[in-house]
Amino acid sequence: MSLIPLTVNGRPTQVAAPPMKRLLDVLREDLGLTGAKEGCGEGECGSCSIRMNGELVNSCLVPILQADGASIQTVEGLAIDAELHPLQKAFLECGGAQCGICTPGMLMAATHLLESNPRPTLDQIREGLAGNLCRCTGFVKIFDSVAAAAAMGGNLKYAR
Amino acid sequence: MLTPNPQDFLETMSDSPTHRPQTRIVGTPQIRKEGVDKVLGRAKYIDDLPGEGAHEGMWHGATVRSAIPRGRIRAIHFNPRIPWSEFVIVSATDIPGENHIAMIGADQPCLVSEQVNHCDEPILLLAHPDKRRLPEAVAAIRIEYDPLPAVLSIEASETLQEIVWGNDNIFKQFHLEKGNVDEVWASAAHIVEGEYSTGAQEHLYIENNGMIAEYSEETGITVWGSLQCPYYVHKSLMSVFALPADQVRVIQVETGGAFGGKEDYPSIIASHAGLLAMKAKRPIKIVYDRTEDLAATTKRHPSRTRHRTAVDGNGKLLAMEIDIALDGGAYATLSSTVLSRATLHATGPYVCPNVRISSKAWATSTVPCGAFRGFGAPQSIFAIERHMDKIALALSITPDEIRRRNFLHTGDTTATEQRMNEPIILDTLLERALKESDYHAKRKLFAGQNSRSPVKRGLGLAAFYHGAGFTGSGERYLNSLAGIDVPANNKVRVLVANTEFGQGTHTILCQIAAESLNLSYDDVEVAPCDTNVVPNSGPTVASRTSMVVGRLIERSGHQLVSMLRERASLPETYSAPEFFAACDRYRNRQGKVESLCRYEAPPNIYWDDKQYRGEAYPTFAWAVYVAEVAFDSVTYSAEVTNLYAVQEVGRVLNPTLAAGQIEGGVAQAIGYALYEKVLLNNGHMVNNQMTNYIMPTAADVPPIHVFFEEIPFAYGAYGAKGIGELPHDGPAPAILNAIQDATGHSFTAIPLLPEDIFLRFLAPTPNEEPVAQ
Repeated sequence: MSLIPLTVNGRPTQVAAPPMKRLLDVLREDLGLTGAKEGCGEGECGSCSIRMNGELVNSCLVPILQADGASIQTVEGLAIDAELHPLQKAFLECGGAQCGICTPGMLMAATHLLESNPRPTLDQIREGLAGNLCRCTGFVKIFDSVAAAAAMGGNLKYAR
Repeated sequence: MLTPNPQDFLETMSDSPTHRPQTRIVGTPQIRKEGVDKVLGRAKYIDDLPGEGAHEGMWHGATVRSAIPRGRIRAIHFNPRIPWSEFVIVSATDIPGENHIAMIGADQPCLVSEQVNHCDEPILLLAHPDKRRLPEAVAAIRIEYDPLPAVLSIEASETLQEIVWGNDNIFKQFHLEKGNVDEVWASAAHIVEGEYSTGAQEHLYIENNGMIAEYSEETGITVWGSLQCPYYVHKSLMSVFALPADQVRVIQVETGGAFGGKEDYPSIIASHAGLLAMKAKRPIKIVYDRTEDLAATTKRHPSRTRHRTAVDGNGKLLAMEIDIALDGGAYATLSSTVLSRATLHATGPYVCPNVRISSKAWATSTVPCGAFRGFGAPQSIFAIERHMDKIALALSITPDEIRRRNFLHTGDTTATEQRMNEPIILDTLLERALKESDYHAKRKLFAGQNSRSPVKRGLGLAAFYHGAGFTGSGERYLNSLAGIDVPANNKVRVLVANTEFGQGTHTILCQIAAESLNLSYDDVEVAPCDTNVVPNSGPTVASRTSMVVGRLIERSGHQLVSMLRERASLPETYSAPEFFAACDRYRNRQGKVESLCRYEAPPNIYWDDKQYRGEAYPTFAWAVYVAEVAFDSVTYSAEVTNLYAVQEVGRVLNPTLAAGQIEGGVAQAIGYALYEKVLLNNGHMVNNQMTNYIMPTAADVPPIHVFFEEIPFAYGAYGAKGIGELPHDGPAPAILNAIQDATGHSFTAIPLLPEDIFLRFLAPTPNEEPVAQ
């Protein structure tokens, strides 16, 4: 067991975990943040996508020792106080979430995309989300959601 | 009031082929009921439920599976390095009731006791408090077998050299005759033959199968799970645990995709979790990882379809002889009904006076095939829609023209002699698809460019119908009960066993209830999907929920308003507070406010199971799709560059959700055609990882252009027909038709991967057809 400090959604915390425990499992089991999902366990589906020090990562591929001192953002940190993030609003209104299992990861990938590129083209949206699989929507309404969020200022900086 | 009057619809329909009746909530893009929880990441799926609180003391379960496709178990060895006393171990001898999963039949064991009939078949179950200890324990159990010869294809099963099921390896067969096929061949201007095959397909719901079970002597068994059909699981658990109905409780939790893959399999995993819970005397969670889910759970039935068709000089179909073979895997599961739907969609949406269809579902030594969006229809529609292009080529007419000359119209009869009494607008759908895709102009343009470019472009068509609801007498047998109640908290609740797994069941049913009660969408919610709470409104399958169950909710709403007017002084026009005040008065007197309705078949629907004749479906959804492809002659890869989906699905209840169903189904069908290949080695899926089983990504899906024509169906909720499965039927043949248009090569099997195309280019078949123009 190692005691590992990290900041999750703006809150400093520390977890006691075996150093090779997956960040995904630490989030879900130790911190009770079950938004990130395991779809494949090998970094293919993106359901476990979170942001670590501003980078988009598959949390199933990150051993917790690698997150030592890191700043982590998960879907649970996306809404600001009681207000939905523009991306969350857009996913709701445009039909970007169907079964919802890919949605947390998709939202994190989309957040990451809009932060670096506030007004992406359709091709840039496709590329930005290509690491996140959705089996329900055929992606069309997800592209619409990201474009709509961009139009309403989806690049709002995470702030808490 | 409870019986719809078709005249109401027909009169308004007469001035235009499609129209939209006046409604307040139905037909509008209401926000998904559970949407906020989903975008906040707080929706709880089965693996999100912790081993505390409701499931205090929970352990984790795992499954020990067969490593060979067929053989008898000789011995089971437990490696002594593992501290087995820490584990709970369940075998077939621990089953208190029947060792079978009760589906249509009861041939599939819950756990193998003696003979293994497919790879990855469950033999033992293990439980331990720490889930990380389970993989090592599973690997430490060695099973010795006396192997038996395995049957690994339809062709091997047909030889009957090994009998792996029943007396003849046949789960089910149908034979259908209309007119007299044999009299036609001699006089036909053309006879066109073809053979077409389709591969297995994995549902690839992003959430794997999972279940939590608890057992107590007093209350029996309770399971929480990711599932489509709570009452299927309920029936199966009653049998495995030898418990009466009131000692079995099934609760659906948020379900991360299903597509048919959580129709029959959850009965197995629920039984397994329950057996471990009974023996361990504590809650048990079993959640598969991706490799286990891919290797062990059901797939779409592989198929082989042969067509022999007689056509006159003008391209009119004179006779169709169709032979269908499905690979059902090792157990019967749902193969009989999948085969039935394949058979009933085999002629396509065409009229033909003489038809003979023989179809069989064969047993093999592979993982059982099960339900998957389309349920047999995508297989037989792939065959007929490829074959129609072959006929067009033989007659030197265009793909659209061969279809136009043979479309079903109102008054025509199908292969089962079902007279089509509803309006059929296939011609309208075809013209719209041609116009939206700019079909003729683009084909001409591409034909001119292709000879000079390494990228060959083309367009392909598919026309098809999908029968809505259960086949034949199915809905009568189901006898579904659904309704609404109004608890004291001033919310209307929809009472159904139909599940939300992304399609929008909850949203649609709340829209229908709100519409029928003249309330707002926010006044309505869905009751927990718990067999202790909701009646059996049937399974969430067969594109039946909006149309059939939605209709029960519509009727229940009207019935409740009448009840409140008669017995609780609800005014003729009322506000929401007046409605809920009337509910309070009614509840004070009657104890509860509840309105339930039972299924009533539309009039003039009659199906003869024995003769396999009559009204196969109460109504059909209709579609014409156009695929535009680009084939790269350097990499041999084909990609879809545009897909135009024009359909008539009755009334569209929620335009956002409806388009979402079409887009998602099209993307899944593009995967079926061009990407998704289940690779078996001695009956075991060897590409059982998302890295190696490839589905379309955000970078792969083309623009999908969705168009609806609306003709309300008089007996569906507010005019709805089924929609969910339709979009999986047409893209695959449209894409392969487009590839033929682009390359001149006729491909007859899917999935069609670049390596398959490469092999064909390497060694063209002797009777290769000329380039289609």
